[in-house]
Amino acid sequence: MSKAAELAALIGSQTAQTGTNLWINGACNVSQRSTSVTGLGDGNEGYVTVDRMRESGSTASAGRYTSKQTAITDLPGFANCFHVNCTTADTSIAAGELLFFGTRLEGQNLQQLAKGTSSAKPITISWYMKTNKAFTFVLEVKDVDNTRDIQQKFTTTTDWTRHSLTFVADTTGALDDDNARSLDIHIWVHAGSTYSGGTFTSNTWSSVTNANRAVGIGSFYDSTDNDLKMTGFQVEIGEVATPFEHEDIGTTLRKCQRYFQNNGGLRMIKGGYVASGGNNFLTTKFTTAMRAAPTVTYVSVSGSGFSNADPATQAIGTESFEAYKEATSTVAGGYFLFTYTVDAEL
Amino acid sequence: MNITSAQYYNDISDSQAGIKANIDGTEMSIPLDPANRHYAEILRQVAAGELTIADAD
Repeated sequence: MSKAAELAALIGSQTAQTGTNLWINGACNVSQRSTSVTGLGDGNEGYVTVDRMRESGSTASAGRYTSKQTAITDLPGFANCFHVNCTTADTSIAAGELLFFGTRLEGQNLQQLAKGTSSAKPITISWYMKTNKAFTFVLEVKDVDNTRDIQQKFTTTTDWTRHSLTFVADTTGALDDDNARSLDIHIWVHAGSTYSGGTFTSNTWSSVTNANRAVGIGSFYDSTDNDLKMTGFQVEIGEVATPFEHEDIGTTLRKCQRYFQNNGGLRMIKGGYVASGGNNFLTTKFTTAMRAAPTVTYVSVSGSGFSNADPATQAIGTESFEAYKEATSTVAGGYFLFTYTVDAEL
Repeated sequence: MNITSAQYYNDISDSQAGIKANIDGTEMSIPLDPANRHYAEILRQVAAGELTIADAD
C-alpha cells in the first residue's frame, strides 16, 4: 500500500472512531432531575442526579450519602462530575449491604460486541476519579441477559486519575438485540459478606456468584470524610482506551432524553372559555422518541375552572401521551397548566 | 423502589389504560408496557405477593 493509501486508510479509521462511547453523558454535563439529593442509601436510590448514572443501595445499610452534579475546575477539559460524599458512616456492615454506581446499556446498542460468538470483542472502560483517600474498589460488568459477570479491581488516589480497564471478550452468552437492559456497569464502593465473602477472580467471565462480586474492596461508608468524584466515563469496544470523546451538549441531552425528559415549560390543556363538565385534551409530544412507553409524573398543576388534581392520562407511547381534564365550572378565562416528567429508564 | 399503592385506571372510553401508583412517595401514571421499569417492578412485586393492584374505579 502506498503512503497516500495508508494515510487515507488511517484517516478513514479515525473518522470511524467517532461516536463510539457507549456510556451516555460520560462527562456528567446533563442532570435533568436534580443537581443535589441528600439522605440517600436507604435502598430507593435509582436515578437521582446525573443522567444515566444509576445509584444502587440496600435497605440494610445505615450509611447515608449525598449525590451531586458538581462543577469542577481542576481537571482540564471537564466542567462537571458525579460527586458523592458520605454523610452518615456505617462501620458495622451487615451481610446484605451494598452500594454501587454505574449505568445500564441497551442490548441493541451492543451488538457490535459480538458477545456469545467466536468473534466476541473485548470492552474497555475508562474514567477519571478523585477521592479523599486511596480506596480499592471493583469495577464490574454484568451481562443481565445471561446472568454472567466479570470484575477488576482498581485503586483511587487523591488526584484526578484516569483509570482504564480492559475486560476480555466473552464467547458465551449473546446479548439480546432489543431495547431492554443487557449490560450493567457497576463501580462497587461498599459491600457486605453476601457480595464480598467469596473469592476474587480478576478479568474472567463467569456465571454470577454474588459472594464473588466485590471481594476485597474498601468501604465508602467507613467515614463521613469520604468523598468520591468521577467523570469522563467512556465504554469502548476493543482493548484501547482512546482519549475521552467530548460531545456537544445538544447531542448528549438528546441521548439522555431517550430515557428521561423533564418538561420544564408549562403545558396548557385549555385556555379561554371552559364549560363545566366538559373534557379538555392535550396530546403532548416528547422531545425525542423514548426507549419504551414512559411513566408519566405530573410535577405541578394549576388552573381556573378546573380542580387542582392531576389530569387523567391515556395513550402513553414512545413519542407522546395524552392528558385530559374535566372542567369543574364554567369560566370565560379558564385554563389548566401542568409540568411533567417522563421516565423510560432501564 | 418503594411502591405503597397501585390501581388500574381506564381511559376516556373506559378501556384499561395503565396503573396509577405511588412509588417512593410520588404519584405516577404507568403504561402497561413490560419494558417500562416501573411496570416490570409492579409485576415482580405482585408475583412475589408483596403488592396487589386494585381494580379501576
